[in-house]
Amino acid sequence: MAPAVTLRSAVALLGRFPALAGVDLDVEEGSVLAVLGPNGAGKTTLLHLLAGLLGLRSGTGHVLGCDLASQRRALRPQVGLLGHRPMLYPELSAAENLAFGLRAVRRPPGEAVAALERVGLAGALATVPSRSLSAGQQRRMGLAWLVARRPALWLLDEPAAGLDEEGRALCDALVEEAARGGATVVLTSHDPDGATRVADAVVRLAGGVVAAAWVGERVHRVA
Amino acid sequence: MWRDAALVCGKDLRIELRSRVLVWQVVPFGILALILFALALGPSLDALRHGAPGILWLALLLASVLASSRSAAIEATEGTRATVRLLGLDAAGVFLGKVLALAVQLLVLTGILELGLLVLFHVDGGRLALATPLSCFAVVALAAVGTLYGALVAGTDVATTLLPLLVLPALAPVLIAGERGTASVLAGGGPGRWAIVLAVMAVAYLAVGVVLYGPLEDPS
Repeated sequence: MAPAVTLRSAVALLGRFPALAGVDLDVEEGSVLAVLGPNGAGKTTLLHLLAGLLGLRSGTGHVLGCDLASQRRALRPQVGLLGHRPMLYPELSAAENLAFGLRAVRRPPGEAVAALERVGLAGALATVPSRSLSAGQQRRMGLAWLVARRPALWLLDEPAAGLDEEGRALCDALVEEAARGGATVVLTSHDPDGATRVADAVVRLAGGVVAAAWVGERVHRVA
Repeated sequence: MWRDAALVCGKDLRIELRSRVLVWQVVPFGILALILFALALGPSLDALRHGAPGILWLALLLASVLASSRSAAIEATEGTRATVRLLGLDAAGVFLGKVLALAVQLLVLTGILELGLLVLFHVDGGRLALATPLSCFAVVALAAVGTLYGALVAGTDVATTLLPLLVLPALAPVLIAGERGTASVLAGGGPGRWAIVLAVMAVAYLAVGVVLYGPLEDPS
């Protein structure tokens, strides 16, 4: 398998603070990587770097064949990010938000309906302003956006946060579906049990560097 | 670019229809400004008519800062900014779309303020209607400056207070040209050269915005 992500001695700053202080990382195409670590370890910064939202201060990085030093704008449309904050516009409904996003990426807005049904947000829930949705439902809306958009790289920042048991199972199923479909998934988590359920590889970040890594059969030992 | 502009404009107008910020906050603010200025000028009809053009444009300018602030706030949350950046929209298209949506709202506001001017300042409605070209060019200039500076301050902790500080000086030429043009129209002349001045300003602000909006919105 070709690597979807390659980082070498990657340093990224948040202001003047080196949130990533020399990360080496390889993620194979079509695999699921779980990134563990305490608060402030650099997990969210790593996702933003991989999304092309944050620049490299030093080191090298390639994501989906794009150089993080010079091709971040070309990379972004291939990436889907589920962050902590609600996506897009709280005044618009989930259906309208997804339709706007799909039109923006030149896809039929009608595909939003199937994606919302897939995450359990069909019917009335899809048509109320998304700010009226609960945190878990907004999370599902973010997942629906990824389902509809089908990016080559899924970046999920603590995707299970705010989700109930059913929602976490749905999230796991979507991650597995995405990987089976050839997408690469990088997800962060505080919960080793949850993360290792779907991961092919696990790394633990601490202080902005990879402190430990587990691959294949050894993944289940992390938990 | 134009496709993205239409998409963003439609989205911003839809959000305005939902949130009604223009109807419930910006328009009342503009009318309140007109009333306060009228009170400040006193009961003299001559003083009111003489001050009407400047007061119209000052009220429009102040209210436009509120509308610009709201337009910028739509895109300002972290999640929205990240998601929109990942959509790969054309930055110039986003700028033009936001300007168009804001200009439409400001044009509605201008019409309402002009009605207020008829009622409170007893100006000639027929003459005031001739100032429409001034309003059309001016709202584009106001919207372009507001959108550009809105992107500049977006994401800062002081966006609400910083935006007026940046926008108002940049809009002073619009205020002057609008006031002179409207005064000329109300005095029996035509919008003439002031409409041309405002048109040039609108084009210049749009051109600067098209070039700078991308780097401002996404410094990386």
